[in-house]
Amino acid sequence: MKSVRIGAGLGFYGDSWQPVRASIERGSVQYIASDHLSELTLAILQKDRQKDPSAGYARDGPPMLAELWPLAVKHGVKFILNAGGLNPQGAREAIARTFREKGWKATIATVSGDSALERLDELRAAGEPLAHMDTGAALDTVRSRMLFANAYLGAKPIVRALEQGADIVLTGRVADAALSLAPLVHELGWKWDDWDKLALGLTVGHLLECSGQGSGGNFGSAAEWAGIPDYAHLGYPIAEVGADASALFTKAPGTGGRVSFDTLRQQLLYEVHNPHAYVSPDVVLDMGAIKIDDQGGDRVKLTGARGAPRPDKLKIVGGYHDGWMGTGMIGFSWPQAYAKCKKAAETIRILVAERGWPVEDTNVEYIGYNSLLGANADPTYRDQLNECFLRMTIRTRERKVADAYGRLFPWLGLSGPPYVGSMKGVQGAKELLGIWPTLVARELMESKVEIAVEKI
Amino acid sequence: MRVPLWKIAHARSGDKADRADIGLFAWDAPTYAVLKREVTPERVAAHFRDQCEGPVELWPLDNILALKIMLNRALQGGAARSLRMDNLGKVVAAQLLRMEIEAPADLPRLQTK
Repeated sequence: MKSVRIGAGLGFYGDSWQPVRASIERGSVQYIASDHLSELTLAILQKDRQKDPSAGYARDGPPMLAELWPLAVKHGVKFILNAGGLNPQGAREAIARTFREKGWKATIATVSGDSALERLDELRAAGEPLAHMDTGAALDTVRSRMLFANAYLGAKPIVRALEQGADIVLTGRVADAALSLAPLVHELGWKWDDWDKLALGLTVGHLLECSGQGSGGNFGSAAEWAGIPDYAHLGYPIAEVGADASALFTKAPGTGGRVSFDTLRQQLLYEVHNPHAYVSPDVVLDMGAIKIDDQGGDRVKLTGARGAPRPDKLKIVGGYHDGWMGTGMIGFSWPQAYAKCKKAAETIRILVAERGWPVEDTNVEYIGYNSLLGANADPTYRDQLNECFLRMTIRTRERKVADAYGRLFPWLGLSGPPYVGSMKGVQGAKELLGIWPTLVARELMESKVEIAVEKI
Repeated sequence: MRVPLWKIAHARSGDKADRADIGLFAWDAPTYAVLKREVTPERVAAHFRDQCEGPVELWPLDNILALKIMLNRALQGGAARSLRMDNLGKVVAAQLLRMEIEAPADLPRLQTK
């Protein structure tokens, strides 16, 4: 019986590709599905593109391929990656340049057409209000500040690229899981209305798309995280899918991490809304009957994914400018570290008020006490801390104010409470972005999708 | 007896726009039955009253002994405009593990510790 093995590539822009090496060398994978784009990544890429029109793609894509491609060729492995970001052509050129320099051969397909930013008016004229999916707010409230807007495309264009013989498929925004679903459809000949099989493929993609989180990384637990072996060499998850609609999850032999009932089910529910209707462009997944059978030895079998027909609309996620963040930080040692932080915070508030700065929100956190646990921090030892850092952040419409805010803090070193040991520079203004999720009729986007295949 | 969730369950959280979402997992079936009864949207909302401005949704998944919990309007508008240190809501799961519920003393995990 035919089966396909897919290995996880990156889980975010900036992730490590070293574990991918083990999956190719010893994991018997045929495909690497590499996810470089989080909800926020396009905002970073947009800033790159503003500075340089040839940029705007995930810059870790080309060097990852430059390092892993000879190994991939040796083992017959294909790459599917969304490192094209906002500029798939730019990414392809960067990759092609390297391949030509090294004398490597490959067929590279580029999938583009996900960007809606330059088509907002056209889409509205076609009857799409593009209102905010959650709040119902009208697009006009943010239209002039929109920096990017991209539709999540499905697996179909990737499948078409594979049919045309691509060794590397480079996309812009596609649903993360489509990177894995596509090779399954392609290799196993699944039909586009075989909802349960597509649902299994979506589940596989979802479990692979966060790299190490599918194999024991970030295992959220009180103490059991310490039992995860060899974080330094944690292997990324690998899925083997057979025509019988089951998936076996594992990782390359000799790697760290753990693939088990517990590590997999944590990832199964990760960043999922209604688990009975997990929507993707190609199928809607119901997780309610999924069975996760831990066979031991980092082998876990998953069955029971149920699918419902795909939605009529695709999701677009846009990002718009939403002011500036100013940040100030200062750390105090015992004695009375927390009390001194509080005094510093109070002092800064007075300075800001006296300057009449237009500040919309102020956030005060005490690192070492409550900056991560918030109101659920335990106050028992608050007044006996060995050390405590004050972190204050503001939201303002004015970039100058955000820049000036951080510069208020160093002064406290000589003129504030005693035993400061943290003056390591000042943070400048950071641009804040609002996220604009909305829906669009799928044919309006899909009709503009282009697949370009180039032999190098 | 009052038991903090970290003694009997594990959890991971993440973000989507202005939502923080949590998967809460019982280590065993008897504990799952208790979680399903005791961890209600109302109690979770009270636990996060200082940071979650919208409703709390919850789905039990008997097949994997888990509760899927959604905190709406919990990230100051979303990770890219949040002023918080934990702008991505990754630690929200740890916050949930500090919640206390009423649980029988004979749960398996309470015997091994």
